[in-house]
Amino acid sequence: MQSALSLSFSPTSLPLANRPLCSSNAAPSSTPRNLRFCGLRREAFGFSPSKQLTSCLFQIQSRRIEVSAAASSSAGNGAPSKSFDYDLIIIGAGVGGHGAALHAVEKGLKTAIIEGDVVGGTCVNRGCVPSKALLAVSGRMRELQNEHHMKAFGLQVSAAGYDRQGVADHASNLATKIRNNLTNSMKALGVDILTGFGAVLGPQKVKYGDNIITGKDIIIATGSVPFVPKGIEVDGKTVITSDHALKLESVPDWIAIVGSGYIGLEFSDVYTALGSEVTFIEALDQLMPGFDPEISKLAQRVLINPRKIDYHTGVFASKITPAKDGKPVMIELIDAKTKEPKDTLEVDAALIATGRAPFTNGLGLENINVVTQRGFIPVDERMRVIDGNGKLVPHLYCIGDANGKMMLAHAASAQGISVVEQVTGRDHVLNHLSIPAACFTHPEISMVGLTEPQAREKAEKEGFKVSIAKTSFKANTKALAENEGEGLAKMIYRPDNGEILGVHIFGLHAADLIHEASNAIALGTRIQDIKLAVHAHPTLSEVVDELFKAAKVDSPASVTAQSVKVAV
Amino acid sequence: MAVSSSSFLSTTSLTNSKSNISFASSVSPSLRSVVFRSSIPATSHRRSMTVRSKIREIFMPALSSTMTEGKIVSWIKTEGEKLAKGESVVVVESDKADMDVETFYDGYLAAIVVGEGETAPVGAAIGLLAETEAEIEEAKTKAASKSSSSVVEAVVPSPPPVTSSPAPAISQPAPVTAVADGPRKTVATPYAKKLAKQHKVDIGSIAGTGPFGRITASDVETAAGIAPSKSSVAPPPPPPTPVAAKATTTTTNLPPLLPDSSIVPFTAMQSAVSKNMIESLSVPTFRVGYPVNTDALDALYEKVKPKGVTMTALLAKAAGMALAQHPVVNASCKDGKSFSYNSNINIAVAVAINGGLITPVLQDADKLDLYLLSQKWKELVGKARSKQLQPHEYNSGTFTLSNLGMFGVDRFDAILPPGQGAIMAVGASKPTVVADKDGFFSVKNTMLVNVTADHRIVYGADLAAFLQTFAKIIENPDSLTL
Repeated sequence: MQSALSLSFSPTSLPLANRPLCSSNAAPSSTPRNLRFCGLRREAFGFSPSKQLTSCLFQIQSRRIEVSAAASSSAGNGAPSKSFDYDLIIIGAGVGGHGAALHAVEKGLKTAIIEGDVVGGTCVNRGCVPSKALLAVSGRMRELQNEHHMKAFGLQVSAAGYDRQGVADHASNLATKIRNNLTNSMKALGVDILTGFGAVLGPQKVKYGDNIITGKDIIIATGSVPFVPKGIEVDGKTVITSDHALKLESVPDWIAIVGSGYIGLEFSDVYTALGSEVTFIEALDQLMPGFDPEISKLAQRVLINPRKIDYHTGVFASKITPAKDGKPVMIELIDAKTKEPKDTLEVDAALIATGRAPFTNGLGLENINVVTQRGFIPVDERMRVIDGNGKLVPHLYCIGDANGKMMLAHAASAQGISVVEQVTGRDHVLNHLSIPAACFTHPEISMVGLTEPQAREKAEKEGFKVSIAKTSFKANTKALAENEGEGLAKMIYRPDNGEILGVHIFGLHAADLIHEASNAIALGTRIQDIKLAVHAHPTLSEVVDELFKAAKVDSPASVTAQSVKVAV
Repeated sequence: MAVSSSSFLSTTSLTNSKSNISFASSVSPSLRSVVFRSSIPATSHRRSMTVRSKIREIFMPALSSTMTEGKIVSWIKTEGEKLAKGESVVVVESDKADMDVETFYDGYLAAIVVGEGETAPVGAAIGLLAETEAEIEEAKTKAASKSSSSVVEAVVPSPPPVTSSPAPAISQPAPVTAVADGPRKTVATPYAKKLAKQHKVDIGSIAGTGPFGRITASDVETAAGIAPSKSSVAPPPPPPTPVAAKATTTTTNLPPLLPDSSIVPFTAMQSAVSKNMIESLSVPTFRVGYPVNTDALDALYEKVKPKGVTMTALLAKAAGMALAQHPVVNASCKDGKSFSYNSNINIAVAVAINGGLITPVLQDADKLDLYLLSQKWKELVGKARSKQLQPHEYNSGTFTLSNLGMFGVDRFDAILPPGQGAIMAVGASKPTVVADKDGFFSVKNTMLVNVTADHRIVYGADLAAFLQTFAKIIENPDSLTL
């Protein structure tokens, strides 16, 4: 029903007979029916997520459809308002800036985007995109090397091997292709792509290179760079960050990965599949902090214990020296709490995956009295920049990694679109709890909303009950057909009203499965309603279906959910 | 311990499969494994002789076939609490899952020996169960003495993977100030550490051959006496020369395939054989042959055959006894710098099974009597046919025997399997005209044996002396039946 509505109102729907009927998804509904998220759904969920290494492929494809549509309906870049060069200036052409730019043009704003490096930012060039290419290879290698797995299918495969350069080329080719798509999509819409490092000169005034331009509103979307703790000497050969690792210039026999978050985990998947042995160094007492504890425990059993991986937890790498003078890479470990020396490791390479630092230096923030916090630009819930006195800086917004709210490519894009909504006269607050995240290991991990401990804490404070539903991939026909029964889906919900608080999935294609849950959270759909929806059999989506059906909710289904139209 | 733990395998495989399916909205741990043994017939460490105290040990169950140690997630019961048969007492985390362990007896949880978050090897006591309240104190004393004695090592969180506390994964005294000072610390790769643990090899005793002198997986595999191969069916088999010749030539220029030829990829077993054969080329070997008169042996065989004794058992026993007198032939050289005398004489015997070759191992062939050996052999062959051999049953050999006599082969030459010092190729026993020292001709059954050995450790005279001993045993086989 909704889709039909937005289709008929969509300005882009006119000449497109061959457009796939994913209208509610692809049509940027110009009808603000569903107040908050209507226009945002696609951006928030189109991406397959993972902290920084996120695939934007899905979104970009859907964009391309839209781009051609928009171009053919001659909706170009808007005319500037009288007193400014542009309506909107975006500093940084990563995924966040790109998302904002496209939405701005659609809203009729004259838009410029400033980029000092390459279009696409971290995600496309040094993050989600190339890492997905490597993970696609590692998944296949893993499968082909798993004799037992192959035998269970009745397949015989002689020794699987790989050509490192070929794998590396696949990653760089993919990044190039996606970068070109991104650039072309903006060019086609008439977004001015300005080259140079952007800096804020004053209110509504931006400098890039030697040029100064003015804009009615300004979005900072400068993103982040890999964070390297002090004491660690990165030489780009044996001590590397994800920037280097994605080029896959070598596959070391033994690599230490500092940090066991999304980035570290994904690289451990790649490296072990290509034959490396891995040692994790984690400052916290547990590997994979940040995941739901139950999920991380299971993930450890599947992704760490059976592989050629060991780990040191509760330690910092206080000093890392690259390999030189015939010596291996030396890593000094100290206790995370007492700071006492614990151990010294000798490995062939070290990958620093300790998170990412905002890239906000040289932005001219001092000109507008903005003080960063650990480099992050403080913003309110509407992404409006807050200055040193706690006041909002008018017409200045910051989205994406630079504000540190949620360092995910698709979160940045969603924030950018939220800002464009606001500057074009529609108030909007993005619900970050509806933004899914994923880690593209084999199998994948995905999540949305709260973890169980977070939910329990919240329940305690607010005085409601929390229930948990779980389903196993072992009970799913499709998963068993693939011989991939290892996996768990878990939902945290309120039994009194059926609200979904969080969903965590570990298993085959978990990253694709999470969106049913994240959409439900974004739209406020309750379990008692969604459990009546039908899933094709046999598909992996039944894992999530089972989850909804396993929940015990006290409220009855709402009436509207039953009014299912029969389409023949 | 091996016995006690394996007896739980059956229960656990059951619970295992169950464990992962049972997901319910409530916490319903439906997994039970029963793990008790009375303290009186304690297997390894003998308890005090104060008989009949009804105190039982709760020990770490083997929850999966690969589990070597388990971590106590939580004790559901506290010390002093009453337990009814069938109640869950403790939650144990294995390499695969968390499982509830339930009691098999009524009684009281008298003492907890291994606390929450700690790790204990499979089979170690983790708690004590007293039958009556009165015995709780006694059990506590016992627990106290236990933790101060032998079990304490078992209880200390064992080093690598499971580190809940900030205990470092390697608990070697790491050189803190200057790395170059003092004795070099052991550096082992993650996989090497895993393998060492799996095969119960002391990593400190291995000399590393990897880059920067580190211990690699293959060093551990060599030390554990297993062929470096990932396959679960990885025999170090000694097939006759043609195989090796084929394996070596394929590495050089390949002639184009003839039309209509088909390419068949190696099976796992074939790849393992191929790998081992290539590897064998790095060992300098030589061969010594010896004719052995088998009239007496044949006579003995006729006598013991009805009792189920096979020729293989006879030959293995004879070889075992000869090796006991010539330990150097039973030694192995793994790193090219040193060699080790093996403490057991384990005779691997090559068996052709459909489409492959495997070497089941007769362990302690010199010590077991002929009948036990024969029985053992039948069992091994049965397992080999049904592909049920456990790794230690095919990779623990210290010497290999290959017999092609049954095909009428009079002599052949075997390839030395990696990690062993020698292999014996046995031909058929045939009536042969022989002249004795007085010039009288007679017909005697003679069999040619040909031993291939690693010349880094076994020299010509060693091998000759060994063969002489072997021949004497075969020619006067009564000692075989002792």
